[in-house]
Amino acid sequence: MMQKMYDWVDERLNITPMWRDLADHEVPEHVNPAHHFSAFVYCFGGLTFFITVIQILSGMFLTMYYVPDVINAYESVKYLQNEVAFGVIVRGMHHWGASLVIVMMFLHTLRVFFTGSYKKPRELNWVVGVLIFFVMLGLGFTGYLLPWDNTAYFATKVGVQIADSVPFIGPYVKTLLTGGDILGAQTLTRFFAIHVFFLPGALLGLLGAHFVMIRSQGISGPL
Amino acid sequence: MGDKREISRRTFLNYALMGTGGFLAAGMITPMIRFAVDPLLQGHAGGDKVAVGSPDEFSAVPKRVEFKVHTKDGWYESESTLTAWVTKNDKGEILALSPICKHLGCTVDWGTGPGQPNEYFCPCHMGRYSINGEHILGTPPTASLDEYETEVKEGKLYLGKVKANPRPGVNG
Repeated sequence: MMQKMYDWVDERLNITPMWRDLADHEVPEHVNPAHHFSAFVYCFGGLTFFITVIQILSGMFLTMYYVPDVINAYESVKYLQNEVAFGVIVRGMHHWGASLVIVMMFLHTLRVFFTGSYKKPRELNWVVGVLIFFVMLGLGFTGYLLPWDNTAYFATKVGVQIADSVPFIGPYVKTLLTGGDILGAQTLTRFFAIHVFFLPGALLGLLGAHFVMIRSQGISGPL
Repeated sequence: MGDKREISRRTFLNYALMGTGGFLAAGMITPMIRFAVDPLLQGHAGGDKVAVGSPDEFSAVPKRVEFKVHTKDGWYESESTLTAWVTKNDKGEILALSPICKHLGCTVDWGTGPGQPNEYFCPCHMGRYSINGEHILGTPPTASLDEYETEVKEGKLYLGKVKANPRPGVNG
């Protein structure tokens, strides 16, 4: 049945070469944990992506209940966590996944650094990776405000004051971040928009570039 | 060996990987799906009945009462004011009608229609209803005015949820 459906589509659209090119390629021996167990360090990039997928999915579901508004934000988070079935799990995935994605990304960066994989011809991929790192930090910073509880409010206050302390441009960056004179209603909607539209868009583009480059250049050789 | 169906190493690994991957994906997706469909599976709150006064206050002439209902909509709770037109017939049966016109949802009033002091009248498109809420045939409404569930308890009239009025239309 599945085979027949696949064949029907394949006959018309010739999809086999497409997914072959995407997925069906050999894993070199030095990155395969079945050959050398220490090669598990090569899994951190994939794990970062796996957790990113969980973040995107759980985040999409959370917005079904969340409201980015100073009156309702805290109440809606409380409601989705305590009243909706599996709310505590879905929010938990997003909450813990946020920290885990940073950890995995850090381990991936260490692996790339210590295997020297950033060297020519892969410098550009390192640069894109660093941009992904900053986007992830931005996602963490903006997402932290959204529950609109005391922790969120004061953590963001500190973050905004750090931005304020930058010479010359600091006050402008601060106003741009808060969307006004105070950290309040306009900051919350602004951070929500950045968290769910702008940064994820940038992230997907950068991830695409990251993966296209690793596919065209191949995994770096053994040490 | 010959009569057993053999599966190749590659097929076995394929199935094993698909099974493991499917299990992992299901573990991820199941809580999210259950989270999303929760409104479907949550019981509908019965809606408490609200007291609007003593049954003695009402007679064959419709009397307008207002009452407040508490609505809990997720994290948002609100009070909304509802209106009912209440009559009591000679058998002591109480009828509480919703004033929302069944044509396009305007608010009907009692006895304000030109030349029809004993009918409900909707000013938007001249819709008319008789005293029991039956829609007058030939006017825009195609159904009779909805009624509230009523209950008399400890000398008080309680109104509950809105339900459809089973009475058919009548000729004016």
